[in-house]
Amino acid sequence: MSGSLFLQAVVSGLLLGGVYGLVASGLTLIFGVLRIINFAHGAVMMLGMYATYWLWMLVGLDPYLSVLVTAPVFFGVGVAIQRIVIEPNRDAAEHNQLLLTLGLALFLENLALVLWQGDFRTLRVPYASASFFIADTLVEVPRLIAAGGAVVIAVALYAFLRGTVLGKAIRALAEEREGAMLVGIDVGRIRAVAFGIGSACVAVAGALITPFFYIAPDVGESFNIMAFVVVVLGGMGNFLGALVGGLIVGLAESLGAAFLPGSLKQFVVFLIFVLVLLFRPEGLFGGARGR
Amino acid sequence: MAVRALAVLAGLALLAVPPFLPKYFLEVLISILFFAYLGLAWNLLGGYAGQFSFGHAAFFGIGAYTSTLLLLRAGLSPWLGMLAGGLLATGFGLFEGYLSFRYGLRGPYFSLVTLAFAEMLRVVTVNLKVVGASLGLVVPSQTNALLFVFADKLPYYYVIAVMTAVALAITHRVARSRLGYCLVAVRENEDAAEAAGVDARGAKLRAMAISAFLTALGGTFYAQYFAYIDPTITFGPAISIGGLLPAIVGGAGTVLGPVLGSFVLTPISEITRAMLRGRAGADIMLYGLVLILVISFLPQGLMGWLRARRAS
Repeated sequence: MSGSLFLQAVVSGLLLGGVYGLVASGLTLIFGVLRIINFAHGAVMMLGMYATYWLWMLVGLDPYLSVLVTAPVFFGVGVAIQRIVIEPNRDAAEHNQLLLTLGLALFLENLALVLWQGDFRTLRVPYASASFFIADTLVEVPRLIAAGGAVVIAVALYAFLRGTVLGKAIRALAEEREGAMLVGIDVGRIRAVAFGIGSACVAVAGALITPFFYIAPDVGESFNIMAFVVVVLGGMGNFLGALVGGLIVGLAESLGAAFLPGSLKQFVVFLIFVLVLLFRPEGLFGGARGR
Repeated sequence: MAVRALAVLAGLALLAVPPFLPKYFLEVLISILFFAYLGLAWNLLGGYAGQFSFGHAAFFGIGAYTSTLLLLRAGLSPWLGMLAGGLLATGFGLFEGYLSFRYGLRGPYFSLVTLAFAEMLRVVTVNLKVVGASLGLVVPSQTNALLFVFADKLPYYYVIAVMTAVALAITHRVARSRLGYCLVAVRENEDAAEAAGVDARGAKLRAMAISAFLTALGGTFYAQYFAYIDPTITFGPAISIGGLLPAIVGGAGTVLGPVLGSFVLTPISEITRAMLRGRAGADIMLYGLVLILVISFLPQGLMGWLRARRAS
């Protein structure tokens, strides 16, 4: 295999992996606090992408600036989803909660299909094809910004969870629900905040990739499955694990794309997924409880 | 007793009325029974054993592809091909189940692993030229009853009706057998069941085998009825959801639940599709909403609701 091809695949894999990391951070936060595998995570990402698209088309707002709008809006969307759909079923059986988010995903995805049809839309920004070379490896600027932005946000979120009272309350709840209640943490509020932050994360991830990714009602599905892989890889509820897992999955996918025919790269990702689920369900880094 | 009499009457009506139905209604009825059948098959593993598979499309696709490839490449009748598909799917189900249960995957982890297996098969099929890749396979449509190809819809209706009746009978038998009680014990509390001497893994594997076999036969029916299959239709998540949904809505872990669920859900989707022509997605959107509402307000499904009403 050629060295430059390999290097190119590594670079695009890491850039893609950064975005996966942010998507998965949101998912893992929701899982850590609510103990729910959120099947609607990708659908929220899709809505974030459409929001970015319409802000650009109707108001001319740059996709990167639009993050300032989408982040708070989708925090609200997340809080609303958790208050209206999830919270009333807090004590339902685990599989029923799974189905609840599956129903939500079906609903949101097909709502988008009804509203905006299935055509692929692209957001044409002037800097879409900006790129530069390091040695002979091509780096596309929008992808670099998306990955960089995703990592910065994820790290900021990590600092927030570590350093603030609210963040500590979230972690306390992830660690031990009854203990958190005993010390006076408002469990309902924290669960809503966690779902809101998780949704804002994934919507922002969606916004960051719009300059180079198509937009369609089912665009979130593949990201959702990829985020499951990442979250399991990093350990369910393990925040830094999600970031590292994102990079690993991004690398695996892009190396698979470079050296396997057709779309078999996805096969590699699923294979990793199944192997990790079977042999290390607690994740590569162990300790699944909301670190 | 009244319920049993009602069920017999409904069964007789389902046998006698269809020849007099207009084509559209016959198609809807076929669709209802098709999803009832998939729901019954899913229910054995998902409902009785409580193992929520999100990847039954794997078995469906294996069934559809095996019988169709045997027909196209070897001239084997799908009537026999469907048994081959069923056995292959059973083998795959046992492999998948053995790995999952051996490594103690429970709840959502099991759901995710089944989803991943189905997606893997989809990706492989999309990339394999010998099985038609993403273009799919066209089933020869020259009428020949011996090759499972009929001139009009009515024979297909009776085929799926018999399949549904058989699946119902199997469910009825299993529910009242030792296996059925073991499955319910495992579903309610696996550790307690094992402590009481239930071979949990063996029971789950048996449920998996029957469920996979039946689902694969549904795949062959689909291939013959629509005369076309492709990787996304047969291995995609839509089929997995199509089997799970009627069972959940009707009442998972009950004999009649999936049938009831399909009789409620399928017409809803057909009506929305007919009413909102050109608005793709409206019917699935409604499915999502129904799923949310059912989980929120009827967590035991329609059967659970009926039972609670009768009890009070």
